[in-house]
Amino acid sequence: MKIMNCPMNGPRNVSEFVWGGEVREMPDPAASDHEWAEYVFIENNTKGVVREWWMHAPTSYWFIAERNTETDEIVRTYPATELYNSRREFK
Amino acid sequence: MPFGLLKYALSKQYPGERHFPARKELRPSYDVVIVGAGGHGLAAAYYLAREWNITNVAVLDKGYLAGGNTARNTAIIRSNYLTPEGVRFYDESVRLYQDLANEFDYNLMYSERGHFTLAHTDAAMRTARWRAEVNKHMGVKSELVYPDEIARICPQLNMSRDVRYPILGALYHYPGAIARHDAVAWGYARGAHRRGVEIHTHTEVTGFEIDNGRVNAVRTNRGTIKCGKVLQAVAGMTSVVAGMAGFKLPIRTIPLQACVTEPVKPFLDPIIVSGSLHVYVSQSARGELVMGGSVDPYSLYNTRSTLDFKEELIMHMLELFPFIGRMRMLRQWAGMADMTPDFSPVMGETPVQNYYIDAGWGTWGFKATPVCGKRMAETVATGKVPDLIAPFALERFYRFAQVGEKGAASVGH
Repeated sequence: MKIMNCPMNGPRNVSEFVWGGEVREMPDPAASDHEWAEYVFIENNTKGVVREWWMHAPTSYWFIAERNTETDEIVRTYPATELYNSRREFK
Repeated sequence: MPFGLLKYALSKQYPGERHFPARKELRPSYDVVIVGAGGHGLAAAYYLAREWNITNVAVLDKGYLAGGNTARNTAIIRSNYLTPEGVRFYDESVRLYQDLANEFDYNLMYSERGHFTLAHTDAAMRTARWRAEVNKHMGVKSELVYPDEIARICPQLNMSRDVRYPILGALYHYPGAIARHDAVAWGYARGAHRRGVEIHTHTEVTGFEIDNGRVNAVRTNRGTIKCGKVLQAVAGMTSVVAGMAGFKLPIRTIPLQACVTEPVKPFLDPIIVSGSLHVYVSQSARGELVMGGSVDPYSLYNTRSTLDFKEELIMHMLELFPFIGRMRMLRQWAGMADMTPDFSPVMGETPVQNYYIDAGWGTWGFKATPVCGKRMAETVATGKVPDLIAPFALERFYRFAQVGEKGAASVGH
């Protein structure tokens, strides 16, 4: 079994986690349709170490994992507050 | 050695046949360079030569001939999709497949079996009915069948109500078939080669020379070659190769695993698929049960196998066929699938001029090999995208005009 270290629940079987895709900067809500299409559909699909959203399903806890998409290694997991530590307002 | 054999060895009536010639030096320039010598790339080369008389073509591959997803799929051919665009497209593919062995004079072991998509929920029944009606409207032979009919055609299936997901009905698709996947690629390769196309395996593309938004050369580990046009057909590595050409795609690379059991005598004629249980199975001509499940739960550029996949697949297989519990598993493997957000492929033009793409083949690539080769050849030869594949253009995502294909296999709906 592959084990992932949840920042809140500790090491758990990877089947308990849900993959949320690459962490990316959301465009401004007023951005063009083209920019939004790019954000919603187009992927970097990086081959190598990538920073991703993951969720521990039984506790609905979202966090961030750095994972190597070539070797299937989980490099590091940490709470999302490490990247997002202040409230962001959209007008 | 028995002397009787010598007369065969020496006779001109039984010449030794070499499928493909030894690799030659690369020429300095080609009219068309196809990146990827899998089924799709080879089919495009074949139709370029046969239908458009374009033979100054090189097909490059970093590995051996058709060693990617052409060698890793479960060889199912069908056209019972949901969207009219999808049904029309795959129907042409099935028709091309049906005649392909004759056209090649090469045995593809094309075997029409009939294809069940089992429904275990009311929602799945509704989708099956929807698909049946769309199929019939497009002239494709599919219909909704109920448990008594399923039990008559496939008595091996466990129709008990006393299971986690009882079978409520199915979409039955008469022309569903399987074929020898390697032979499809070899047939196209041989046909292309005989018409003058060069196939260069173990030749890795390392970049492209693009001037004013137009591609004019391909860099490889064996030197740079000038080219008129490029066709990219590299499932799994799509984003990496497109990255060399400077554009991004709506594709995630996700492994799809499959396995076969030890061979046994023929007992299962139809192809059985269940979208809710995420299994599909057919018995090959060799007698092995060829089985696949859902795509992996996260992206990966790797073809490793996992225990999670086996556990989930076998749990559901045993519900459908309890008596295979004592069979042994022979092989397990994986391919890297290009998953798109709408489960439809990406075909046609790209932001780079004279650079065409054939990608996004997720779990539906093998069955599209002939039609995709034919229509991509037409696109490359004429510079115009045929109506049949126009709905699958890359720029559909910028127009918010996706082709949501709920008839795709191995994905949750």
